Amino acid sequence: MNIIQAVNDALRLEMRRDPSVVVLGEDVGKFGGVFRASQGLQEEFGKERVIDTPLAESGVIGTALGMALYGLKPVPEIQFADFIFPAMDQILSEVAKYRYRSGGQYACPMVIRTPYGGGIRGGHYHSQSPEAHFIHTAGLKVVVPANPHDAKGLLTAAIRDPDPVLFFEPKRMYRAAKGEVPEGEVVVPIGKARVTREGTQVTVIAWGAMWHEADQAVKEGAALGIDAELLDLRSLQPLDIDAIEESVRKTGRAVVVHEAPRTCGFGAEIAALIQERCFLHLEAPVTRVTGFDTPFPYTLENEYLPRAPRILRAIREVVAF
Amino acid sequence: MRRVRDIEEARMRKGNLPAVGGGEGRWEREFPLRTVIADDGSADPAAVTLSDEEAVGLYRWMLLSREVDERMVQLQRQGRIAFYIGAIGEEATVLGTVAGMRQQDWLFPSYREHAGALFRGMPLSTFVCDLLGNAGDRMLGHQMPCHEAWAAGRFVSISAPIATQVPQAVGAAWAARIRGDDMVALTWFGEGATSANDFHTGANFAGVHKIPVVMACRNNGWAISVPRELQTASETIAQKAVAYGIHGERVDGNDLLAVHAATLRARERGAAGLGPTLLECVTYRVEGHSTSDDPRAYRSAEEVEAWRARDPILRMGRYLGWKRLVAAKDTEKFRAEAKDQVRRAVEEAEAFDPKPPVETLFAGVYAEPLWQQREQLAELRAAIAADPRTASPR
Repeated sequence: MNIIQAVNDALRLEMRRDPSVVVLGEDVGKFGGVFRASQGLQEEFGKERVIDTPLAESGVIGTALGMALYGLKPVPEIQFADFIFPAMDQILSEVAKYRYRSGGQYACPMVIRTPYGGGIRGGHYHSQSPEAHFIHTAGLKVVVPANPHDAKGLLTAAIRDPDPVLFFEPKRMYRAAKGEVPEGEVVVPIGKARVTREGTQVTVIAWGAMWHEADQAVKEGAALGIDAELLDLRSLQPLDIDAIEESVRKTGRAVVVHEAPRTCGFGAEIAALIQERCFLHLEAPVTRVTGFDTPFPYTLENEYLPRAPRILRAIREVVAF
Repeated sequence: MRRVRDIEEARMRKGNLPAVGGGEGRWEREFPLRTVIADDGSADPAAVTLSDEEAVGLYRWMLLSREVDERMVQLQRQGRIAFYIGAIGEEATVLGTVAGMRQQDWLFPSYREHAGALFRGMPLSTFVCDLLGNAGDRMLGHQMPCHEAWAAGRFVSISAPIATQVPQAVGAAWAARIRGDDMVALTWFGEGATSANDFHTGANFAGVHKIPVVMACRNNGWAISVPRELQTASETIAQKAVAYGIHGERVDGNDLLAVHAATLRARERGAAGLGPTLLECVTYRVEGHSTSDDPRAYRSAEEVEAWRARDPILRMGRYLGWKRLVAAKDTEKFRAEAKDQVRRAVEEAEAFDPKPPVETLFAGVYAEPLWQQREQLAELRAAIAADPRTASPR
C-alpha cells in the first residue's frame, strides 16, 4: 500500500465507523481529489458527506469550523499546503482559539489534510513546507507521517482527536513510499516518535519526506562506520520530548533535518530544547540541515532540499567535532 | 444523514452547455450574451471594432497561441518540460481583451494568458526558456513553467494562488489615477476565482473608489474538476457587478470581435472616470486544467465535443472568409508559419544550459542578500564540491 491508498483507507474506515465524519474541499468529491486521496468516497458516502466546495480556502475551513461546532467531524482538504494561506485567518484566529476563547464551551476538532513538500518540480506554490506557522500557534496539533502505515494510523488517530489537527502529507512520497499496512483499524497515537534505527554516536531527527533522505544518509554513514540513531518524529505538536531527550543523552550529538527554510524552522525549536535539557550530555553543537532562506525554487530544487549527501556531511562533521 | 440534495445536479444538467445567445433566467436577460460574429461568419459592420488588418493579425495570434499550447503539451509528454497550462479554446478571450487595451495599460494575469505576454513583446524563445527553467529563463528558474513575468510589456508576475492579482490590478490602476496617467489596468481570472476572497475585495475597492480597471473573467466552465454550477449559484458572473455597484457585461468569449468591442467599451468607461467593469467572457476549457489533469474522470466527451465545434479560431476564420480576407489556404500558410516560429523558439531555448548558476537560488530574496543567504550559498557550494550528488535527485 502507498501513502495515498493509506489515507484513502483511513478516511473510508472512519467514515464507515462514524457518521459524523465529512470530507470537504476543492475537487475532493466527484474527482476524488487531485492526488486521488478521496477517490471513491463520494460514491460510497454521497454528496452530503464528501463535498466539492467552491474555490476558496477560507470558506473550506470556515465552514468546516461551523460543522465542527455543530457536532460533525470535518476533514477538510487544502489541495496544496501552499494554498493554505487564504485560510490562515480562519485557522490561526478561529480554529486554534475556539475552545480557549469560549472558556471550553465550544470546540472545533477537525483534521486539515494537506499535501506538503518539494521534489516534484512544483515551484514555490506547490512545494512549501509550512508546518512551523502552525506549531507556533497554540491550539493546533501538527502531524506528519513518513510512510503508509503511519499515514493510516495517524490519520485515524487525528480524526478521533478532540483537538484540531494539521495533517501534512509528504506528497513526494505519496506513491514512492510503500509498505505493509494491516487491513481494518490501525491507530498510531499522536505524540509518539519512532526510533527507526538504533545507534550510539549521533541522533538524527527528521519527519515526513525528509525521514527518507535522513534514512539514506544514516545508511551511507553506517557504511563509513558511523553508528547513528534515527528518529521519525511523526508528530511535531505534541512533540515527543522524552524520545528526543533519551536519544540525545545516549548519543551526545544531534542533527535535525527539515525541508522548510532554516530561520525559525522547527529545527530551531528542537535545537533550543536539546540544549536546555541535555546540555551536560552534548559533545557537539546541535546542527540543522534544512532548506535555505529563500522561497522554494523551481529549477534548483535539488540544491535547495536537504538531500542525503548534505545530511551525511553534517553527520560526519558532528561526529568528528 | 439527510438524503442527498440534488439541486446542483439539476443545475448542472441545464448549465453545462450554456446556450450561446442567452438563456432563460432573469439575470441572463439582464446581462445578455453579446456576440458580433454570426454562425455563418457574417457581422454587422457597425459592431466591428477591428480594421481588416488588425483582424487578420489577431487571427494569426490566435493560431500562434494554439500552436504554442499544442506544441508545449507535446514537449511535456516527451519529458522536455515538466508542466504546462494553456488556453486552448480560450484564445479569443485572451487576445480580444489584450488587444482592446492600450500599450501603456498594465496586465495582471491569471496563469493561462501567455498569449498576452507574447502579444506584449515577450520573445517566444524567452517564454520557452521559462518553461524549461534554464539559464535563459528571465525568472532565473525561480518559478514553475507558465508563471512568467514580462515587465517590458507591463505584464506582471503570475502567481498560482487564486485571485490575488485582482486587488493588485485595482491598486496599480489607482496609482495611475493618483499620478494622473492615462492607464487602465486589465486583470484576468477564471470563474473559479470569483469564489475567492480577493475577487470580492478587489471588486469592492474598485467600485467604492471608481478605479479604472477591466476585470475580465474567463468563464471557461471548469475549475479543475468543479463545474461552474458548483462554483456559484449566480446565473451569470456578470451580475456579480450589481452587488458592487459596478458595470457588468457578458460576452461570447469565443467571439474575438465581441470580446474586443466589449474591452474597448470597458476601457473607455475606466478612462472616462466611470469606474471598473466586470467583463464575463463565456468560453470553455477544452483541455484538462493542465498537463497534470485528466478531465475524462469528471466530464463527458459529448460536452467537450459540443464546445470544440464552437472553436474561437474556426469562428474568426469564418468571419475572415465572409470578409474575403483569408481563404483556407491562407490559414494553412499561417499555421505552417506559426509551427516554424515555435520550432525555432524551442531550438533557441534548448540551446541554453539546463540550469541557471547556483547563486541564482539566492538572488532576489532581498534586494541585497542578508548574511543568512551569503552563508548558505557558501555552504551549498562547499557541499556540492564535496559531493556532486548534493545537487541531484536520488
